[in-house]
Amino acid sequence: MMASRDDSTGLTVRELRVVFDTSRGPIFAVDGVALDVAPGEVMGLVGESGSGKSVSLRAVARLLHANARVTGSVRWRGQELLSLSDDQMLPIRGAQIGIIFQEPMAALNPVLPIGLQIEESLIAHTTMDKAQRQARALQLLDQVGIASGATRLAQFPHEFSGGMRQRAMIAIALAASPALLLADEPTTALDVTIQDQILRLLLRLKDELGMALLLVTHDLGVVAETCTRVAVMYAGRVCETGPTADVFANPHHAYTAALLRAMPGSGPAQAKLIPIPGMAPRLDAPSPGCAFAPRCTVSEPLCTTTRPPFVQEATRSSACYGRARL
Amino acid sequence: MSALLSASNLTRRFPGNRGLLDMLARKPRPVVHALSDVSIDVSAGETLGIVGESGCGKSTLARCLVRLIEPDEGNISFDGADVGSLEGPARRKFNRAVQMVFQDPYASLNPRMTVGSTLAEALRVHEIVPAAEINARVASLLDLVQLPATAATRYPHEFSGGQRQRIGIARALAVEPRVIIADEPVSALDVSVQAQIVNLFMELQERLGLALVFITHDLRLVRHMTHRVAVMYLGRVVEIGPVEDIFTAPRHPYTRALISAVPQLTPGLLRGEPAVRGELPSPLSPPSGCAFHPRCPIALPQCAAERPALDARGGTWPVACLRADEA
Amino acid sequence: MRAKIPLAIGMALLLLMLVCAAVPSWFAPYDPLEFDFAALLAAPSPEHLFGTDQFGRDMLSRTIYSARIDLQIAVFAMGGPLLIGSLIGLLVGWYGGWADAVFGRLADVVVTFPFLVLVIAIVAILGPGLINMYIAVACVGWVVYARLMRGEVRVQKAADYVAAGRVLGYSTGRILFRHVLPNAVRPVLVYAVTDMALAILLGSSLGYLGLGAQPPEAEWGALIADGRNFFTTAPWVSLTPGVAIVLAGLGFSLAGDGLAALLDVKR
Ligand SMILES: Nc1ncnc2c1ncn2[C@@H]1O[C@H](COP(=O)(O)OP(=O)(O)OP(=O)(O)O)[C@@H](O)[C@H]1O
Ligand SMILES: Nc1ncnc2c1ncn2[C@@H]1O[C@H](COP(=O)(O)OP(=O)(O)OP(=O)(O)O)[C@@H](O)[C@H]1O
Ligand SMILES: [Mg+2]
Ligand SMILES: [Mg+2]
Repeated sequence: MMASRDDSTGLTVRELRVVFDTSRGPIFAVDGVALDVAPGEVMGLVGESGSGKSVSLRAVARLLHANARVTGSVRWRGQELLSLSDDQMLPIRGAQIGIIFQEPMAALNPVLPIGLQIEESLIAHTTMDKAQRQARALQLLDQVGIASGATRLAQFPHEFSGGMRQRAMIAIALAASPALLLADEPTTALDVTIQDQILRLLLRLKDELGMALLLVTHDLGVVAETCTRVAVMYAGRVCETGPTADVFANPHHAYTAALLRAMPGSGPAQAKLIPIPGMAPRLDAPSPGCAFAPRCTVSEPLCTTTRPPFVQEATRSSACYGRARL
Repeated sequence: MSALLSASNLTRRFPGNRGLLDMLARKPRPVVHALSDVSIDVSAGETLGIVGESGCGKSTLARCLVRLIEPDEGNISFDGADVGSLEGPARRKFNRAVQMVFQDPYASLNPRMTVGSTLAEALRVHEIVPAAEINARVASLLDLVQLPATAATRYPHEFSGGQRQRIGIARALAVEPRVIIADEPVSALDVSVQAQIVNLFMELQERLGLALVFITHDLRLVRHMTHRVAVMYLGRVVEIGPVEDIFTAPRHPYTRALISAVPQLTPGLLRGEPAVRGELPSPLSPPSGCAFHPRCPIALPQCAAERPALDARGGTWPVACLRADEA
Repeated sequence: MRAKIPLAIGMALLLLMLVCAAVPSWFAPYDPLEFDFAALLAAPSPEHLFGTDQFGRDMLSRTIYSARIDLQIAVFAMGGPLLIGSLIGLLVGWYGGWADAVFGRLADVVVTFPFLVLVIAIVAILGPGLINMYIAVACVGWVVYARLMRGEVRVQKAADYVAAGRVLGYSTGRILFRHVLPNAVRPVLVYAVTDMALAILLGSSLGYLGLGAQPPEAEWGALIADGRNFFTTAPWVSLTPGVAIVLAGLGFSLAGDGLAALLDVKR
């Protein structure tokens, strides 16, 4: 269905499904996601809050809660990750696949100094000696824009500001120079100038080391400036993918179009923003048709009964019956 | 308009740790200058935006305003009364009236309590509604922030980042406050849900005269929804004034750098020069004079020597730059 | 997954002990105090599966009937230190300052003495008996619980949900007991289950030395002590309660470890 790529070098996700078993029945958080990220490419992942972006990323890194059932295929450099044991996964996670989590405090250890947490990653995945590790930790802090590195390395997470925690986490993820970086909203807590610096750093690593980057963000401006391609998610499914410029200029899915309209700055100041009307979709009882249909302005009866197929054309693919009416 | 909540000359330092070697070498204890001489105020029905570099003291300011942190110097007054001396019932009244939305939503929710009991507890402690109506109120609060009523029985770890952020907002709204200090309240939301929440804030403001202190890195949002904005750099306010004026004619070079670094929707890879260059600033050893001078494109020799005060300098709003009147 | 098997075995052993303590008559083939002069110090046989003691009392029955006292010891010798220690740990962890400093010094002093020696010394002063033993254990054992709790509370205190409670104007008591305690108590509870194994061993040691349960209350340690004179000729007299102690200890520590692993996964 999607462009067939050389699947032995990058990340290829197919038919990824994640179901959470809860006491109130199953929750279909990710429902058939397909993604490709090639080395040296930045793939953007945007979508509604709660649409399954973080869960997809965690599924790729095999870091989900015990109540999650994961099926489908996640191939990294030709190797199927979903069938690996936890022990086999350990050397891959961290060394080959770096992860930046959405919520820094949940990912950092509150009782260890930041410096030690960076060094731990280096101990696990490199052969550096202590002096080299400390030098590398200092260099990383400098790269992510934290000054007075020596003092900062000895501080604990609660002594950092929100944005500094986020950058500390980026430093940890980058410590072992991973070939694939899964970045879950890595710059939400950063001001635009430091965000600029971090994005430049990531793009440089992409160019110099051929790192593949999967970037989840809500900032469509960030997507426009950094991502070669973008995938848009809604209710656990990818509804459209394609080159960023094309998708933004001429969306092929009704949800993408509605999302672009809701950007602040598209209307006058102090005016009401234009949200997408209606409630978020229910994940405990997925609809047989298109999940966006109840909120869609261009839907037709078919949309509520039959799931629209993924249509592939040239570099883009999308799943929307109402495309012609957008 | 008289100020509802105002802070004057707040200063807060955090002493850091010293290694044994440093102690033996009699090096001084490192001190983070998180806030230096910051004054802000917000009136009923007004939104004050606070922007600034990561680590410049915005959250520290927010925490001082709700009395989570005691400032080393300066004082805060609410409704004309000094907040620092409030005790007992008066303190509780203040707590109810001035709420905060935390920057890290996950950390700010008790992981062992369902979302429903977290909200119900706030309602019960402040006796917002009769006991029989608590469940209905919880459901309507969840609805306000676009979460289904079934969310009440779930635990924080079962939500996405953006959903947790909205739970934090619902909790702050639960006690019907008069002021909300919101620390990056919509950073984890997609633009559509963000629009709904922002509209909610603006609606409450219109209807109830809510005062908002809105800390954010999203300058588009600042321009869209705030009335005044304070720009902070390394623990100090460097420019404060009406938002449209500042966005159309920023007077401090840091404000200009910020505005020019906003990512644009027109696609294309990051190119051109970084917005700000030069040595990174550190609140552990703030530069002499104007803290921005090492990175300032228009710095004069005297910028390193004397710190410019926050003054009108020939304009209509205060700015802390020696060359503000030139541009 | 792997945690489940030891947890199941541990729980099964504990359940067995619990049932023995609740309704010993279901399992015990004889009255534990019934003398059988026809079978003094009888070796294990079909009539007396684990043999008899010097008065012809059935060892299996005596061991089963003693389970009640040992379970009681496990609960009380763990519960006292648990309650006292957790409360102290909660308070010093939360308030810090001079109270924390005093606690630190005191804890250092208590742990420099070997646990058993200190308990025996206190019992020797107070006089033998179960109640005094509980008091002695509480005097010494609270330190471990307090330290565990203090560390955990200090971590939780820095968490933003505590700050959120303060911003909402919640009383310190509410924040401490409704918010901090449930989040801090996990390691303490896990340790408490393992600690019950140690409590049984301690109770038995004191019983063996005659400082714990006093006759006619029978307790495994005391049973072992009863048999020590016949150890070469009739080892089953001491062995039967010995096996019971080992099984109970095993049960508590397997359950404790399993619980720790189980709680860890769910974060
Ligand atoms: N452990 C869990 N148990 C049950 N449901 C869960 C669990 N974790 C996540 N979910 C649900 O799965 C859905 C997808 O969550 P996910 O975190 O992937 O969203 P997201 O796209 O990252 O959203 P956001 O942009 O708000 O972070 C959400 O609706 C959430 O409620
Ligand atoms: N509890 C603390 N102990 C020590 N230092 C602290 C503490 N809290 C904040 N700081 C320091 O104070 C400075 C300002 O932090 P603050 O959290 O206010 O920044 P911020 O403006 O909110 O940044 P961000 O946008 O990254 O969240 C930082 O240098 C931080 O390291
Ligand atoms: Mg997420
Ligand atoms: Mg902050």
